[in-house]
Amino acid sequence: MTLQANYVSYSIHDQRILHEVSIQVKEQQFVGLIGPNGSGKSTLLKNLYRLLKPESGTVLLNEKDIFKQPSKTIAKSLAVVGQETPILFDFQVRDLVGMGRTPHKKLFEIDHQEDVRIVKEALSQTGIAHLETRNFSSLSGGEKKRVMVARALAQQANILILDEPTNHLDIQHQLQLMDLIQTLHLTVIAALHDLNIAAMYCDQIYVLQHGSIVSYGTPEEVLTPALLRDVFGVYAEIQTHPLTGKPHLTYISEQFLKVDPKETSSIII
Amino acid sequence: MNNQTQFSNKKFILFSIVLLLVLGISITLSIMVGSVSITPVYVWKVIFSKIPLFQNLIETDWSRSQEIIIWQIRVPRVLLAAIVGAGLAIAGAAIQALVRNSIADPYILGVSSGATVGATAVLILGAFSFLGIYALSAAAFIGAFISVLFVFFLSRVGRRISIIRLLLAGIAVSLILSAISNFILMMSTREGGIKAVMYWMMGSLAGAKWSYLLIPAIIFICVFLLLWLHYRQLNLLLLGEESSVTLGVNLHRFRMQLIILISLLTGVLVAVSGSIGFVGLIIPHIVRLIVGSNYKYVIPISALLGGIFLIWADTLSRILIAPEEMPIGIITAICGGPFFIWLLRRNNYSFGEGD
Repeated sequence: MTLQANYVSYSIHDQRILHEVSIQVKEQQFVGLIGPNGSGKSTLLKNLYRLLKPESGTVLLNEKDIFKQPSKTIAKSLAVVGQETPILFDFQVRDLVGMGRTPHKKLFEIDHQEDVRIVKEALSQTGIAHLETRNFSSLSGGEKKRVMVARALAQQANILILDEPTNHLDIQHQLQLMDLIQTLHLTVIAALHDLNIAAMYCDQIYVLQHGSIVSYGTPEEVLTPALLRDVFGVYAEIQTHPLTGKPHLTYISEQFLKVDPKETSSIII
Repeated sequence: MNNQTQFSNKKFILFSIVLLLVLGISITLSIMVGSVSITPVYVWKVIFSKIPLFQNLIETDWSRSQEIIIWQIRVPRVLLAAIVGAGLAIAGAAIQALVRNSIADPYILGVSSGATVGATAVLILGAFSFLGIYALSAAAFIGAFISVLFVFFLSRVGRRISIIRLLLAGIAVSLILSAISNFILMMSTREGGIKAVMYWMMGSLAGAKWSYLLIPAIIFICVFLLLWLHYRQLNLLLLGEESSVTLGVNLHRFRMQLIILISLLTGVLVAVSGSIGFVGLIIPHIVRLIVGSNYKYVIPISALLGGIFLIWADTLSRILIAPEEMPIGIITAICGGPFFIWLLRRNNYSFGEGD
């Protein structure tokens, strides 16, 4: 299962949001998408999962154009955990996760034992089996995210697209969720805000700035003080963490920087 | 947190059976009451005597006039009430999923105001008189159709339908059409015509005949089955655009299909019964309160409850100020309004406003 974007461009009201973006997600890879606010991360993901249609360029799923296949076919191999969308009408957790079965169902088909089993498995895999009959609205932020991941699992897709999955979660739940996603052994592409999380979990990282890819590679290759200064406008120290062996970033605020004002202006954008 | 947590298939079947029984009892009682009261035994004897298989088993021991009252007047009327109630309720449930908003009712697409223009044209201006007794229904349906067409084209952005534009276009078109109806009314000097239009606007099932039943019944059954079969897609619409798209719903096509189904059903119902308010709004809310948001249950239970509700509303409209008839719209609003207010005051019922 591979996902590929070739020279994807997208505009909203004549404003270019994405400019000829190309990325590639290989089988079982965990690919991170980082970049400051407004750099086009979410827009790119939306183009990948067909919510938006690229102005030019193509998106290929297993080498086939996603816009030339039925929505159901795509939904069988590509699952999405979006940013928190308000659920206006309340549903039971069980029903919500069960909705992941939709692309596998024909019009006259009822839910079989098999579907019930898949839903139960998704619930226990995400550690929320005990919430089965609870209402979604009564859950905490971390539990809600897990429900959405469970729904993606019930969908039995091989590729998982995540849009800032750790948003609004406390640090423990952030790590738990990312660990969970890593153990699923799926092909993953995730827009991530937290660069330390990106460094810890990603095999490959793409950096977006003003709608273009400005850097690409392993976390070690990509996360450099120069890139953080140029793209994110922050000064950071980067060490290899002794335990994880992954790059670890420490951001240093402007006020601690003992540099003369002329130089600061070149650091802070 | 709230009481809608555990509605399973088993409970659904049980609840449906109870409601079917209530529906049967309501039909019987509704046929019994009226200017001439009839015992339940005769009600069912006459009905069964009309069914080919049972015809010979039943001894005819009722008068010709009793048979006419039961078979020609009351039975078609009760059935029409059931179909209109059930139809408006499922149309309401479907439109609330389509626009993802619980204040929507089936008339939001401009159906009722369009139908009113048609009806006013017939009742005041005598249009479509060549259609005879079907003039009113035909004109109402045509009015509804044109109005929905307008709303539909106004809500298109590019090739897609914008839901917010659909809502706003519905309001704008309704306002314009109401103005046209009012203008025709104002220019009219015929006292009787004005009263007839008022009655029509508040809805009535008084004219029910067997010949009026066929088209609404067929359309209702088709739309009901199609909506029920698409319960998964309707659930996803409730969750939002993103969930629908990522779980394989062809959003653009499904929305178009829904608009066609809802306007067809509502148009046909309004054509035979006038614009009966409140049913399409409150029944889906009551149903969600009982069964939760899952449309697998919401669609069939709405149909049953809507049918029962309108049978009783129609029965009341016949007996409250007999021998006059109360317009059924007054009854549905008077019964429905306070209930809705009670629902508003409950803290544990979410009207689809999120957490």
